[in-house]
Amino acid sequence: MSANVEENKISTNTVPDEDGHFGIYGGRFVAETLMTPLEELEVAYTKSKNDPTFQKEFDDDLAYYVGRPSPLYFAARLTKEWCGAQIYLKREDLNHTGAHKINNTIGQALLAKRMGKTRIIAETGAGQHGVASATIAARLGLECVVYMGAEDIQRQAPNVYRMRLLGATVVPVTSGSRTLKDALNEALRDWVTNVDNTFYIIGTVAGPHPYPLLVRDFQTVIGREAREQSLNQTGKLPDALVACVGGGSNAIGLFYPFLLDANVKKYGVEAGGDGIETGRHSAPLNAGSPGVLHGNRTYLMEDNNGQIIETHSISAGLDYPGVGPEHSWLKDEGSVEYVAVTDDEALAAFHQLTRIEGIIPALESSHAVAYAKKLAKTMGKEQSIIVNLSGRGDKDINTVARIEGIEL
Amino acid sequence: MSRLQKCFEQLAQNNKKALISYITAGDPHPSSTLEIMHALTEAGTDIIELGIPFSDPMADGPVIQLACERALKHDTSVKDIIEIVKQFREANSTTPVVLMGYQNPIEIYGVEKFASTVSGLIDGVITVDLPPEESRQVGSLYKQNDIDTIYLLAPTTKDQRIQMITGLASGFLYYVSFKGITGASQIDVKSVEAKVDQIRKHTKTPIAVGFGIKDATTARMVAGCANAVVVGSAIVSIIAEYGEDVPVATSKVKSLLREIRDALDNSESIQNIA
Repeated sequence: MSANVEENKISTNTVPDEDGHFGIYGGRFVAETLMTPLEELEVAYTKSKNDPTFQKEFDDDLAYYVGRPSPLYFAARLTKEWCGAQIYLKREDLNHTGAHKINNTIGQALLAKRMGKTRIIAETGAGQHGVASATIAARLGLECVVYMGAEDIQRQAPNVYRMRLLGATVVPVTSGSRTLKDALNEALRDWVTNVDNTFYIIGTVAGPHPYPLLVRDFQTVIGREAREQSLNQTGKLPDALVACVGGGSNAIGLFYPFLLDANVKKYGVEAGGDGIETGRHSAPLNAGSPGVLHGNRTYLMEDNNGQIIETHSISAGLDYPGVGPEHSWLKDEGSVEYVAVTDDEALAAFHQLTRIEGIIPALESSHAVAYAKKLAKTMGKEQSIIVNLSGRGDKDINTVARIEGIEL
Repeated sequence: MSRLQKCFEQLAQNNKKALISYITAGDPHPSSTLEIMHALTEAGTDIIELGIPFSDPMADGPVIQLACERALKHDTSVKDIIEIVKQFREANSTTPVVLMGYQNPIEIYGVEKFASTVSGLIDGVITVDLPPEESRQVGSLYKQNDIDTIYLLAPTTKDQRIQMITGLASGFLYYVSFKGITGASQIDVKSVEAKVDQIRKHTKTPIAVGFGIKDATTARMVAGCANAVVVGSAIVSIIAEYGEDVPVATSKVKSLLREIRDALDNSESIQNIA
């Protein structure tokens, strides 16, 4: 690792503050029962973070179990097709279990083991985080319960079966809008009930402090590798980074090690659904307002009475009314630009990447690809973009087929 | 003297326990809430806890989740709830009313505007997802407007933290009787007693016990150590079943509460408490 990378890792570590606030965002908005468990988690995490044995265990798992580093792949045909900046794909889809989610679940599961917890719970939208949690639970011999919105169970049947194969119990959540936010509520209710033996593995950089911090730390391996790979493969840093943002863990993972590089533009791509103007979308940073949900203050999709409103996206993993508090902070502070692409644009990108590069992207990641296409055309051919290909699209083929009226 | 303080002092003088009854405002319809509130007091309720419905009630069990959904079908808002309490106050100026809910609806209404508007009408606020660490600003705004911030304590709250929270307390303290969500029934009286004793070492503020109190038996058991018991899901379950017919619902709620009131007033164990 170059000296450059190391420096960067240390000096950007200014938020959150010790109470978990990113400016006015973040914090710890939970029921009293969870305050002590969160403090215990924070203490355990701080201790582990500074423990070389823990770090080695984590790094070894990333190398030998996940298969890291994931390649930085130059998409030559796509670059040619788009007639603009050079497109590089950070291949998180090649990780074990097929998405970036595993980086975080390994970190948290190792922490759970250290804390003597025997049962892990997780919420999931697209099912990727659920699969990643079930996977690491199988490997460490932990009981695993995954909460998943009943609606999402329909949309992501292959992942549900995968979790069950791995020995996890998948609990359908039928309250509220029956999607990711409701799965999170239900997981919090489980945690508050079983807090003695249970570790809650949150799948994204949201939730009460210290989750946004520790999930970020476990995901920054993406950006650290990408930074080093870019320097090695192209001799320079990229000109732009593009990642999709639901809760925002793959985006923070990529952006964070580049935050001090002002010349590297960062674009977080939210799910525009039917279009921002229709109101049917999942883009709180583009069209929401600050509020309190799921343990933190952040941008939310809410009505005038402070009720959380139903979101829409073709992609189950982005179908969430909130976003990690650090993204809210980065938006206000101006260091990341948050944009949105529609379901149709994401679907077109899904097909284009599949046909031109032979890579089937997750519908979540297809949002990043779709925006990169627009961006590339505005940039010079000597410039480069890293797109975080956060997951593979096998899980989505049923959804895509259904939309296109094809029976499998 | 605040309504809450007066209420607890009078009860203490008569060696009685407070009955705190919870309903979700707007359940099943905003127009029925006022009538149900009056029914609660007629059946011996000392303090009304009025829930602010929220789309994502993460500390609540299915009974109150569904109550929120029913109330939100009619878009019951903070503004509507203030109107309801205003009407309630026209007929009842003594029963303390405490709002209970989650931070977001209050935050979107505007905390400052909320505090000044409800001053004099509403006596306390319990915000489930606002621990002391996040409530400094909100708490001082409430204080300036003579509204008590009611803090929660839980089985997981350790001694040092109990000391910190009791130091901030006003009105009363709300002890959550078990690790879990509202409406679950797993109350363990021995552990509740032990924890309430531990809390009492740090404070003279009245302690209410809530979660898991569903009938006269559980109320009587808990009243042995507490100054007040909170009954919530048991009432809301009746409203869920009969709420569309308000007179039937209120009469059933009243008979439940009268049993509980009776158990609280005629329990031998109560005589043993300081």
